Amino acid sequence: MDIMKQVLLLLCSVLLIAANPMNGYEVGDQVTDFKLKNVDGKMISLANYKNAKGYVVIFDSNTCPYSKAYNQRIIKLDERYSNKGYPVITINANEGSGDSYENMVKISKKKGYKFPYLIDETQEVAKSFGATNTPHVFVLSKDLKVAYIGAIDDNPRNESGVTKRYVEDAVDALMGNKSVPVTKTKAIGCGIKWKRG
Amino acid sequence: MRQYLFIICLFSIGCKSVCAQKANEIKLEDLQEILITPNKQIQVINFWATWCAPCVKEIPFFEKLNAENKEVAVTLVSMDYDLDPNPEKVNRFITRKKIQSRVLILAETDPNSWIDKIDKDWGGALPATLIVNTKTGKRKLVQKELHEGELEKLINEVKN
Repeated sequence: MDIMKQVLLLLCSVLLIAANPMNGYEVGDQVTDFKLKNVDGKMISLANYKNAKGYVVIFDSNTCPYSKAYNQRIIKLDERYSNKGYPVITINANEGSGDSYENMVKISKKKGYKFPYLIDETQEVAKSFGATNTPHVFVLSKDLKVAYIGAIDDNPRNESGVTKRYVEDAVDALMGNKSVPVTKTKAIGCGIKWKRG
Repeated sequence: MRQYLFIICLFSIGCKSVCAQKANEIKLEDLQEILITPNKQIQVINFWATWCAPCVKEIPFFEKLNAENKEVAVTLVSMDYDLDPNPEKVNRFITRKKIQSRVLILAETDPNSWIDKIDKDWGGALPATLIVNTKTGKRKLVQKELHEGELEKLINEVKN
C-alpha cells in the first residue's frame, strides 16, 4: 500500500512538472550555463566571462514594442555595468520571421549593440529560465545564482518618469555586497512567441 | 408618428451592429468587481493590446464566442494604457475591426503593483485570458495565444 502511495505521489509530481512548462528559476536558484549563437556567429556561454562578478541576462525581441521602448535603456545598462564586471547578455527566443537570426544581426548592427545578442532557437534556455515576456531580466551573481527577476524599471513609456530602477538597484546591491532591495517584479510585455506543440 | 417611432426603433436596434462602441476606461477595482461578482454567465476576460500581433490574431475567436454563446460574457481588456494612455488607437481598432464584444481599457500605471491582484500566476505577458465561473470561483488562466476550439474546452472546464 505504501509503495502504491509513493508511486502515485511520484506520478502526480511528474504530471505537475510536465503540466507547468513556465516554472523556471526562482530568486536564489543557481542557473545552468548555456551555449548560444551570437549575432557575430560565435558561440557564447556565461563561462566565457572569466572576470565577471555577475551577469545581466535579458530575454529580448526584435519586434516587441516594449523591447523597442527599452532599447536605449539596455544599451545604457551595458555601458554602465559591463566594464565593472557585470556584462549584459541579451537572448532572443521568439519564433517568427521578424525575430529571425538575420533580423537580429541587422538590429544589433543598426543599434550598435556592444553586447551579445544570442539566438535561443530551441527555446530551451528561455524555458529553463522561465522567461515569459520581453524584455525579461535575470540578474545573476558571480556564482550564477538568481538575484533579481523582472522588469528593467517601472515606466516603459517614459524613461524620465521612472521612479524605480529595479535592475540598476539589483546590480548596485551586488556590487556593494548588499542585499537586493526588490528581487522580483512583474510587468506587462510581449509574451515570448513559443513554438506550437 | 408611428412611422417616426418605427424609424427610431430600427435605428436603435441597428446601431448595435452598425455603430462602433467606444472603449470605457476602468480602474483595477472595476476589473476585480467583474471577476468576483456572482453572475450566471461565465466571465471570459481577454487581456490584449493593439500592438500585440498574437492578441489581434485570436480576437476573432472571442468575437465568435460573444456572438454565439450566451452562457458566457466576453470582455476584451486593453492593456494599451501602459505604453500609450491615449484611447484613440483602441477606439480606431474597435471601429476598423467592428468589434462587438465589450472592450474596456485598464487605465492604471505601474503594473508591478497590480498584476498579482488580477491573477497571482500571471506574469504580465500578452496575450492572456482569464476564464472565471464567478458562482464557484473556479478559474483558468491561459498565458498564450489561443487556437480554434481551445476556448470552448476551457469554458467547459470551469462550467461544472
